[in-house]
Amino acid sequence: MDSFTLLANGFAVAMQPLNLLYALVGVTLGTAVGVLPGIGPALTVALLLPVTYKLDPAGSLIMFAGIYYGGMYGGSTTSILLNTPGESSSIVTALEGNKMARAGRGGPALATAAIGSFVAGLIATMALALIAPTIVKFALSFGPAEYFALMILAFMTVSAAFGDSTLRGLTALFIGLALGLVGIDLQTGQARLAFGIPDLLDGVEVTTLAVALFAIGESLSVAASHRYGQEKIEAVKGSVWMNREDWSRSWKPWLRGTFIGFPIGAMPAGGAEIGTFLSYSVEKQLAKKPEEFGKGAIEGVAGPEAANNASAAGTLVPLLTLGLPTSATAAIMLAGFQQFGLQPGPLLFANNPQIVWGLIASLLVANFMLLVLNLPLVGLWVRLLSIPRHWLYAGILVFATLGTIGANPSTFELGMLLAFGILGYVLRRFGYPIAPVVVGLILGPMAEQQLRRALAISQGDPTVLVHSPIAVILLILAVCAVVVPLIMRARGKGKILAALAASED
Amino acid sequence: MTQESPSPEARRPDRAALVIAAVIAILAAVIVYSTATAQGGSATRIGPSAFPYAIAGCLFVLSIWTAFEAVRGDFPERETQEIQPVIWIIGGLAAQMLLLHITGFAIATGLLFAATARAFGKGPLWMTIPIGIVLSFIVWVIFAKGLQLTLPAGPLERLI
Repeated sequence: MDSFTLLANGFAVAMQPLNLLYALVGVTLGTAVGVLPGIGPALTVALLLPVTYKLDPAGSLIMFAGIYYGGMYGGSTTSILLNTPGESSSIVTALEGNKMARAGRGGPALATAAIGSFVAGLIATMALALIAPTIVKFALSFGPAEYFALMILAFMTVSAAFGDSTLRGLTALFIGLALGLVGIDLQTGQARLAFGIPDLLDGVEVTTLAVALFAIGESLSVAASHRYGQEKIEAVKGSVWMNREDWSRSWKPWLRGTFIGFPIGAMPAGGAEIGTFLSYSVEKQLAKKPEEFGKGAIEGVAGPEAANNASAAGTLVPLLTLGLPTSATAAIMLAGFQQFGLQPGPLLFANNPQIVWGLIASLLVANFMLLVLNLPLVGLWVRLLSIPRHWLYAGILVFATLGTIGANPSTFELGMLLAFGILGYVLRRFGYPIAPVVVGLILGPMAEQQLRRALAISQGDPTVLVHSPIAVILLILAVCAVVVPLIMRARGKGKILAALAASED
Repeated sequence: MTQESPSPEARRPDRAALVIAAVIAILAAVIVYSTATAQGGSATRIGPSAFPYAIAGCLFVLSIWTAFEAVRGDFPERETQEIQPVIWIIGGLAAQMLLLHITGFAIATGLLFAATARAFGKGPLWMTIPIGIVLSFIVWVIFAKGLQLTLPAGPLERLI
């Protein structure tokens, strides 16, 4: 069967009335939470995971997909109207978008962001549907050694390649890997680092860690630094519709942003930020009126927003086809799959095609819903921005703990939430990135399993890891991901990398 | 956390960063100790202890690297922090954790809500605690009754 037949079958799943309802609830919740300042897509997904606990797998994942895309849309509204981006991938949007809003052109800025996100989401999701089967076919030939090499590459790109310090990126990764050791060893059944505590035998929950690091760590950090003075919210004046000039200046950046963002998201490089920065600089180069950049150029909103959403869809390529999360958001989504005993990867395409293709089809459905939900109703979302900070963060902490209690109502689990929350605060305080901790926790045990499987097959001969050319290439890339940034920083070019930092997402 | 050194020469070793280096080293030591004492007798060449030892080894290296950067003052400048809001939030979370199974979800979470609002400068507590409890109770009804999550019930929740 080719992609289109499979996708059509997927639509049959996605268009069932109940699943449409799940998608609608998902995009609404995702937008609402994504709009709240200080909440990025990773936290949106982590906070809303418990809402999906009691649904069936397909419905839950469909709602999840809606939350993911909705969080992306919501973030752009925040960064245009409030100069404090909810997530790092929206920083660039804030550059031009907030300037436009101040100049009374907030409506067209929101419109180009929403339509650009829609165009990018549409094209990128179609691209996902088209290339996924090819990658799956390719991935079926992967052995444990190739998977191990792929995971090492993901580790290195997520932790060391971007951000302002190789040391702190790697330290964050290894904290995550160390937490991943806790619990029963999958192959021998031996308890590791459990210190005789029964609650630790199941290991550290990804959602507990993610919610603690993102929600509690962020709340502590904001409260401690007094960064919560009310920012000025730009009112949306005039029409939200774009005029003819806006359209003609927007459509090319949308397409270029999509083609920049998608491949970057699809590579195991992690983070949507890189694509948005690249798109911004491309638009600045190509703009007919470059002097407008920095003062509210619509191209500077259209391109990066498209790139942002395209790479969000791109991130799903390694996640669905290889089971490889390359961002904190993807790591939490993987946890969402695992709560139903589903393991994303080539086998999921073979064994549960209705779930995978239903998910991809509902991404397209969610994308349509978001366009409808965001353009006419933008005034409603804007009101969420005016929630005073003390109520906002109080609410965030209530929901953060609600998720943990809902998953496991034990005092011990809440204690872990608190401990990881303090860890998240300390990490932020000293400039450590958060995403590598989450990725390390979920990918560490998987990498270990692949390594031991590879060595079991070769009866302990470690050269099996470099027997196949694919594995060798992946490992060389992984080494480059660590070494090249080190050299760049040593030569004083660290600023460029710091600008591309993947801190939130 | 007090140094404000304008010139790189004047930078003294970053004490907080040295503490981090020490904590990382302790973490590595804990992993080694726990792995070494938990031998369950797996005879395979690469058993359940190989990966922990490898991670502990890398953590040791990172700890030395961190100490090195701390001495050189390579860590980014930190803004001054207020400790009081942090204590309010941690206190709120601790109160919720300890009271959850005694008073039920609504009261315990209401206290967390009020403590967080207090951390962000909103008071007084006699007003925020009731608001928090009412909101948490509504959340409890939606999630425990509507979405069938198991949220601990206390005297308030048993009323309905």
